[in-house]
Amino acid sequence: MLAWTIYLSFIGALAARLAPSKHLARVLALVTAVAGLTLSLITLVHWRPGELLTVTQVAWIPQLGLSYHLAADGISLTLLLLTGIAATAGILFSWNIEHRTQEFFAFYLVLIGGVYGVFLSFDLFLLFVFYEIAIIPKYFLIAIWGSVPRGAAGTPQAGSLREYAAMKLALYSFAGSALVLAAMVCVWATTGGQSFSFEALASYPFTPHFQMFAFPLVFVGFAVLAGMWPFHTWAPTGHAAAPTAASMLLAGVVMKLGAYGCLRVAMMLFPRGLDPWGFHVLGFGSWRGVFAVLALIGIVYGASVALVQHDFKFVIGYSSVSHMGFVLLGLMTLTQIGLDGAVFQMFSHGVIAGLLFAVVGRMVYDRTHTRDLNELGPMRLAHVIPFAAVIFVLAGMASIGLPGFSGFIAEFQVLIGTWRALPWMVVFAGIGILIGIAFTGRALTKAFFGEPPQRVSAPHCDCPPISLPEKCGAILLLGTSLAVGLYPRILTDLILPALNSPLFQGLRGGTWR
Amino acid sequence: MNSVSYLDLLLCTLPEIAVALAGLVALTLDITLLRKSPAANRLRSTVIIGLIGCILAIHFLTRAPLQYSLPDGMFVVTPLTRVVQISLLVLAMFTLLLTRSTRFTLHIGEYVALILFATVAMMFLVAAQNLLLIFIALEFLSLSLYILTGFDKRSRQSAEAALKYFLFGGMSAGFLLFGMSLLYGLSGSIELPKIAAALNTPTLDPLLLIAIVMVAVGFGFKIAAAPFHLWAPDAYQGAPTVSAGFIASSSKVASFFILAQVVIIALAGAGGSGAFRAYHPGWVPVLAILAALSMVLGNLAAIAQTSLRRLLAYSAIGHAGYMLLGIIAHTQQSLSALLYYVITYALASLGAFGVLGALESEGIDRIDDLRGLSRRSPSLALCLMIFILSLAGIPPLAGFFGKFYIFSAALSAYPSLGLLWLVLLAIAMSAVSLYYYLRVLKAAWVAPDAAAVSPALRTPLVTRLALWLLAALVVILGCLPGLLLNWIGPG
Repeated sequence: MLAWTIYLSFIGALAARLAPSKHLARVLALVTAVAGLTLSLITLVHWRPGELLTVTQVAWIPQLGLSYHLAADGISLTLLLLTGIAATAGILFSWNIEHRTQEFFAFYLVLIGGVYGVFLSFDLFLLFVFYEIAIIPKYFLIAIWGSVPRGAAGTPQAGSLREYAAMKLALYSFAGSALVLAAMVCVWATTGGQSFSFEALASYPFTPHFQMFAFPLVFVGFAVLAGMWPFHTWAPTGHAAAPTAASMLLAGVVMKLGAYGCLRVAMMLFPRGLDPWGFHVLGFGSWRGVFAVLALIGIVYGASVALVQHDFKFVIGYSSVSHMGFVLLGLMTLTQIGLDGAVFQMFSHGVIAGLLFAVVGRMVYDRTHTRDLNELGPMRLAHVIPFAAVIFVLAGMASIGLPGFSGFIAEFQVLIGTWRALPWMVVFAGIGILIGIAFTGRALTKAFFGEPPQRVSAPHCDCPPISLPEKCGAILLLGTSLAVGLYPRILTDLILPALNSPLFQGLRGGTWR
Repeated sequence: MNSVSYLDLLLCTLPEIAVALAGLVALTLDITLLRKSPAANRLRSTVIIGLIGCILAIHFLTRAPLQYSLPDGMFVVTPLTRVVQISLLVLAMFTLLLTRSTRFTLHIGEYVALILFATVAMMFLVAAQNLLLIFIALEFLSLSLYILTGFDKRSRQSAEAALKYFLFGGMSAGFLLFGMSLLYGLSGSIELPKIAAALNTPTLDPLLLIAIVMVAVGFGFKIAAAPFHLWAPDAYQGAPTVSAGFIASSSKVASFFILAQVVIIALAGAGGSGAFRAYHPGWVPVLAILAALSMVLGNLAAIAQTSLRRLLAYSAIGHAGYMLLGIIAHTQQSLSALLYYVITYALASLGAFGVLGALESEGIDRIDDLRGLSRRSPSLALCLMIFILSLAGIPPLAGFFGKFYIFSAALSAYPSLGLLWLVLLAIAMSAVSLYYYLRVLKAAWVAPDAAAVSPALRTPLVTRLALWLLAALVVILGCLPGLLLNWIGPG
């Protein structure tokens, strides 16, 4: 039944494209997304802890030992829920798209279908197929419907700015997947092409030498999409140029594809790749150390850059880099609590970043047509659109990890894990959190609670009120963050048994630290 | 001298005879009965005759004995050649269907007949295991293609392209003949398996090396591998669209198949090794160099193109590099990978040219001319997207599985991943290729209309049907590669 999340999305895409009216396309897309979310929720209700739910398993290309194997464990289900929520909210926030509406929702739903597919695949080849399916719609979503800074709108440069961001994102993604493809081809040649299913590969005795070589290929390949420093530069430009719904999906779900790939493929299949090399280069003794430091740099660097941006969307874009750094850091702790925190952070950041982009892109930009913090200040948006201000304050609080919101649980777990595994790194991660508070506060003040206009000619904004779909979307996302933050067992009961399943045996090495 | 049963021979060559007869009938009808009819009628009738010929040929092929061979490897039928011949016929049928949208010539009968004759040549080519017949069939094919290239008599470009193609092709034929004569001189035989038996010595004769290089040069021209690719961009650009599509699809399939036959069967003992740090002279390193050069040069040069057809030509050179991987690995598996790749590539490539052909009446050649296509003709734009993404190797389209299969097969051919250097280069280059393929799609899908008033495009129903069928084939073969692998798979 869970497989229908994928099929429904593709059917919905076709239906939305063929819909005779724009409004029908919107409704169809919303119905599809809600149906996907409902399917995930129903599965969640019937979930037995620790279960590995096999959805479909048929031989696909028997000549090459490839199977069409869809299954879900707790980690997959967590991210499926996230996809359902983000997709639904994204459609609510793009209710006002008037330009080529049918095509917009068609591309959007193809992307969603690909994402569902990645999270459900239990065959490496299949996972890669869905992963690539998700790349192409991203390109078109940004290139056709993207937003541009004030001043550039309507000029000939507008198109090229969008296309630049879209092409950059597509090329980064494709370069990353080329690395993964290279590793995949090597795996196929090494195993003799018997089977590509995760169960078979996780128990295949790859030599440590092979794992040392394959692990960084796959990890970097996927981490490009997770926004790992220094391969993150597609993220801020991509997020900023994307239309609201697409940046919600980019930050909310697509970056999770990368992190999920790092965990599911790189770490689960090649756990020995994390072992010490046996020698030191520049103070690094293992890939684990290298990637942990890169994650740390991402946390601090992303936050610091966000602190000095004038473009509202870039602030959120860089904050995504910082928050995704926590995911990667959590993965590199190799502790149960750290990994749990990492998956938790994937979910939490997906919801919160989606909400932040919704406020910035839909509520603010679509009304004021500017993303410049200095221009937004004099408009005194807190008085004009108080709902947006309230939502942004709450989302900002969730983003900086205030207890009660999901971000707190996630980052707290990552920090504990880091403390146990890599003690000195906690200091820098803590600094990253502090800077995070600073840039969130700065953006909040500048955008919503600016100085009242000194001059009469100050830019004025006659904003339409916040519409119903926007309110529904905001409440959906905020409610999710609060619910998970107040009762984290919803997710930890899913994630922990999955981490303790036989699939991760190699990574645990017997027991967790 | 073994005696030949002429009845058996007739039965086995019935498919070729059917296609050749169809060509002759189309030609005769066109200059006799249909002489006074309007061009559209003549085209319709001749195309239908051609289609009937191809369908009959496919029918005969499915009935013909599975294994048959004439003495001296003159005509060898195996299940594999049958699959290749059927796919050649299918490609020829699509080419004929797409011909409908061209209106560049009044010599319709000749045009259709030439396509059919070229198909006959290719069918003989894949069934030949004899140097003499291979050469004759190859020249028959090339002659037909030269004329098809120069068929647009109103255009100087077309004539120039044909001349260039002819001069390069003639020279390459010379190289090929020289290499073949050396092979004959060394082995005393022109039959591929016998050559292999005679050449089976532990050391490599220097003369044999020269023969290998000559053969590689000769075939390098035919498959447009760098550095022997120079004719391709001009021929693709100057030739009538349908001819270019035909050259890019059918002739690729046949040339690659016969190149694989020649080097793998005749030069079985002289392979050498192209593995990293385990280099050993033979035809493998020669082809490996061609492959590496083609991938790099084809893909990098394609980035700089503004003409769509030149872009497709350079990307074809890049694809030739990937396909050579399948020959270099020369295992059962890599051969089936090569066949899968080249057949699906041919479908996508013919489709891309078909879309161009449908737009031809507007003189479209620059990439920017595609602007607003998704508005003016959503179905054409969707077809173009499917073909281009398949060429770029995006799943779930056929091109992706082809790439994965050929890379994996090449890598597992040598112990300890010996061909890794070449496979990594191929993967890196295919990542590069996405850039220029996306540029084409960007023009068709993203860029706003140059003029918002440009009317909706009207394409003939037959053309649209053919393109949809091609697109459907690309998607289906990508989602279910097993359908084709069952026929060409190892063992």
